Amino acid sequence: MDTRKEKFPYGIPDHNLTEIEREIPADEPPAWPVNDQLQEVGKRRIRVDARAKVTGEAKYTSDIRLPGMLYAKILTAKVPHASIRNINTQEAEKLPGVHAVHILRNEDNSYPDVKYVGQPVAAVAADSLDIARQATRMIQVDYLEKPFVIDVEQAMKPEAPLVFDAPIARQADGGDVGVVHDGSKGQGNLRGPSTSSFFGGPRGDLEAGFSQADVIVEQTYRTQVQTHVPLETHGVVIDWKPEGMTVYASTQSTKDVRDELADYFDLPKSRVRVICEFMGGGFGAKHSTSPYGPVAAILSQKTGRPVWLMLERKEEHLMAGNRPNSIHYLKIGAKKDGMLTAIQQRSHGTAGVALGAGVGRVAQILYECPNFATEQYDVLTFAGPGAAWRAPGNVQGAFGVEQAIDELAEKLNLNPLAYRDKIDQSEVRKVLRQRGAKQFDWSRWKPAGSSTGTIRKGLGVAQSTWPRFVDLDSTVEVKIYRDGAVEVRSGVQDIGTGTKTIMAQIVAEEFGLKTADVIVRIGDTIFPDAPGSGGSKVTGSITPPTRNAAYKAKMELFKQIAQQWQTDATKLVASNGMILHKDDASKKVSLKEALQRMRTGQITASASRSDDYGGFAQPWGLAHGHLGSVQFAEVTVNTDTGMVKVDRIVAAHSCGRPINLTQIESQINGGVIQGVSYALYEDRVMDEATGHMMNPDVDRYQIAYSMEIPAIEPIIVEEYPALSSTDAYGIGEPANIATAAAVANAVYNAIGMRMYEIPITPARILKALNHLDQ
Amino acid sequence: MNNFSWYNAKSIEDALTQVNSTASNEIYRQTEKAAILKAGGTDLLDLMKEGLLQPKTIVNIRELPGLDKIEFSNNDGLRVGANSTLAEIAAHEDIRKHYIAFAQAAGDAATPQLRNMATIGGNIAQRTRCWYFRSYDHPCFRKGGDRCFAKNGENENHAILNNGSCVSVHASSVSTALMAYDARVVIVNSKNETKEIPIADFFVAPGEDPLRETILEADEIITHIRLAKPASGTKAAYIKQGARESHDWSIADVAVVLEMNGKTCKRAAIALGAASPVPLRSMRAEGALAGNQITHEIALEAATLAMERARPLAKNGYKVPLFINLIQEAILNAS
Repeated sequence: MDTRKEKFPYGIPDHNLTEIEREIPADEPPAWPVNDQLQEVGKRRIRVDARAKVTGEAKYTSDIRLPGMLYAKILTAKVPHASIRNINTQEAEKLPGVHAVHILRNEDNSYPDVKYVGQPVAAVAADSLDIARQATRMIQVDYLEKPFVIDVEQAMKPEAPLVFDAPIARQADGGDVGVVHDGSKGQGNLRGPSTSSFFGGPRGDLEAGFSQADVIVEQTYRTQVQTHVPLETHGVVIDWKPEGMTVYASTQSTKDVRDELADYFDLPKSRVRVICEFMGGGFGAKHSTSPYGPVAAILSQKTGRPVWLMLERKEEHLMAGNRPNSIHYLKIGAKKDGMLTAIQQRSHGTAGVALGAGVGRVAQILYECPNFATEQYDVLTFAGPGAAWRAPGNVQGAFGVEQAIDELAEKLNLNPLAYRDKIDQSEVRKVLRQRGAKQFDWSRWKPAGSSTGTIRKGLGVAQSTWPRFVDLDSTVEVKIYRDGAVEVRSGVQDIGTGTKTIMAQIVAEEFGLKTADVIVRIGDTIFPDAPGSGGSKVTGSITPPTRNAAYKAKMELFKQIAQQWQTDATKLVASNGMILHKDDASKKVSLKEALQRMRTGQITASASRSDDYGGFAQPWGLAHGHLGSVQFAEVTVNTDTGMVKVDRIVAAHSCGRPINLTQIESQINGGVIQGVSYALYEDRVMDEATGHMMNPDVDRYQIAYSMEIPAIEPIIVEEYPALSSTDAYGIGEPANIATAAAVANAVYNAIGMRMYEIPITPARILKALNHLDQ
Repeated sequence: MNNFSWYNAKSIEDALTQVNSTASNEIYRQTEKAAILKAGGTDLLDLMKEGLLQPKTIVNIRELPGLDKIEFSNNDGLRVGANSTLAEIAAHEDIRKHYIAFAQAAGDAATPQLRNMATIGGNIAQRTRCWYFRSYDHPCFRKGGDRCFAKNGENENHAILNNGSCVSVHASSVSTALMAYDARVVIVNSKNETKEIPIADFFVAPGEDPLRETILEADEIITHIRLAKPASGTKAAYIKQGARESHDWSIADVAVVLEMNGKTCKRAAIALGAASPVPLRSMRAEGALAGNQITHEIALEAATLAMERARPLAKNGYKVPLFINLIQEAILNAS
């Protein structure tokens, strides 16, 4: 490969910014300077689809209406564990308006065993949703009910009813945490332990580490199951024609859904087209359409008609994925000077009938510690499957680790922020702590118990880390047209994070245009493959090829102009809608005119994500360095009522080179709100006697509403690692990790009693303050 | 939800001719012919969406003329038409002036959208929000089943008083205030006979009949709520506590009405919501205040007495200190 050397900005402006030389592919563009010298990138730009969204012009999956379309409804199991003796669909099939009834079956044609309330059993396609609903109620299922277990600790007992009597594999949606393959180590419903992650395995010698420790914190932290509640539920509209299948999907990955359905039905991938133009929210559970997607496809195949199938809210709670709970034991030792000597971690969590409840990565890498070991267990229970959920494992992990660090600081008589300065090696988090503390005025912090009376105030801090994930299978096309249009295309979806807009900003920067001038066509698998929206990897994966493809298309155009001007293409620059000669002010042409003079009607250039400059930390796309976040929380606790109010969160974050400040702030706001919601309100309440979720709606499943939202003050720190042509990274997950831990630390600071379990409800606060047994 | 036909009643007589059952009579029964009343419809819709209620005909009384008037006079006190919305009650000048706890309870209920739809008649006649009662898959006492799932189940929101058989709590927090004001419910039947009963007698405890929460029969309709003109020196306060500040059901709410003579309390009314299956007056707490000056100590004593007979379940012990704190605060706020 031809390469050249190029100098890049490196480090953090106003802190340690310098330059670094990198060897880069010869066809990649020159280094961008830092953001304050750019026109569109790093600025506040309105979303390119803002108008479509606020006017309702934007068509989401549930808005799709195709000629002849039928509506489908799934019948779900009403019991947590059973084998099915018989399913009678005769009455349902006779109902006028019903076109097809489908029963889910195993490969050998038997009925699958029911393992949780809400598991799909059958489905109906009909002329209207009302008819489909009515028909599902007419299907008679004869269950042979069996014993079940819901509570995690009960499920761990040897005598507990078994969820599976054979090993199972982690689902694609599990989020790469903890137990991946259950192998044969499982005892009963216990799977694992997982003792390593992609950051490696155990290190050092725990026993030796703890023997060197002067202080030790040993505690168990508990988090709840959080269900997936996007505004738009999971769903698809599938039109299966003889020539191929068209799928409109509310998904975080057009590519994954295409591959999943092609695999399921043994079709060539080219015969499955997945479209997701607008997305009504996804927090990790929308990479796959299982189990409802294949059901809709079969109904479409059976009827020869397009089929609409969106989950209802209750189904969304029960079957569409959730964040597993955690029972998280931590033992951390430190010397008198604060330096960590050993971290031992053991966790148990349930992803229901799935795997993926590990929480170990935060303890493993947030702080340097020579001696570390982890055992992470998955516990199978008769409940809906867990799935990836905005920083899988890390939110639960940080809730424990960042409280334990606070407890150590207290034992060492140190200010919790100063203690982190001492033990945290991360340069970017050092800057985040400094700038965050200044904005927050951390100097107001006093030891726990300083606030007295009925209304008590508390301050807390917590931090987190997230890897820079990159998907190399990320390709972008840029097309320029004789009529003046500049367009960017990719299969990547915009799940509301603003991917469309940042792609437009980057192309605009390259061509000297305004962001609004660029046409963005994405969210369709007829365009080049691009990453799923998971791991906060889209921005880091898609922006470099976007820039590189734009640069290539621009250079093609420059070559044609340079020929006319009898100069070299490298002498040309695009700026403010003009193409100029760097050294000859007399030579200039508007971009529009230059495009009109193209030899061909279009120029198309394509680029794929190249390796990081300087190579990856792991060969499969785990970049060097981490994304940092430090969040500061200010809370009020009413000791009469037990109410906790989060008054203010200062959220200091880094995500490489920021592309759109407004959108990054939106992601931080969303992450913080979801974190507050997790810390104080959300909780899947399961009835252990019947196996049902008791709050499968948005009335009793409580989410932070407007009154619960604190003042959120985002701080975005630019950081240039010189790893790609944009140096940009995502922020979706980092924004959510530290919040619950920061809130818990602030609550402790307010009342002097530590809350080891979330959500921190009035019931839990009053129980603690009044020393109640239950 | 099932298909149903819709009938717009033209008058009370017309409505009572069309209707043949009550929502409570029809819950969990798949009768083919049931015609039931609908006022604001906010509770009915939830019951129908869950499939608990599958009426054949809905008789809409929301548009009945004259039932949405709110009138106040020094002689008669307050007359609130059954179709008055919670939003109208919360904003009404006379109610805010003379019955602040009632206005506040109405204003604290549900969400702005629901308060614009929900009527006072429907509010006091609504069914419990116990999540087992609201689940089609849990055939509890209240639905003609053989047990209370909450008693040994997920009972953090449930009753701490009078929680013998059914441990649900009443859903209407507005009723807590009405109890403290000794409101009276005016009911007319199909024979055009009118009766006026104390609100305490309007509610039916599960021990009497688990299948219903009010005395309303199929041929009856609530026309008004009446509140007597408060005696001079009357002061009141209402506090509702949810687990969340935005729209939430009460986990504990308290209404206090004090008849004061200078600093001395002549007479006290203390009502508790979300404490028991029906809204409750605490005679013990009231007795502690009567004839005494209101101090922090006496307020706490009354609050503690109100909880003397509390028998919390496995997961709602927190409600006892919560009620003690809220009752004390409400007494002090009122005085």
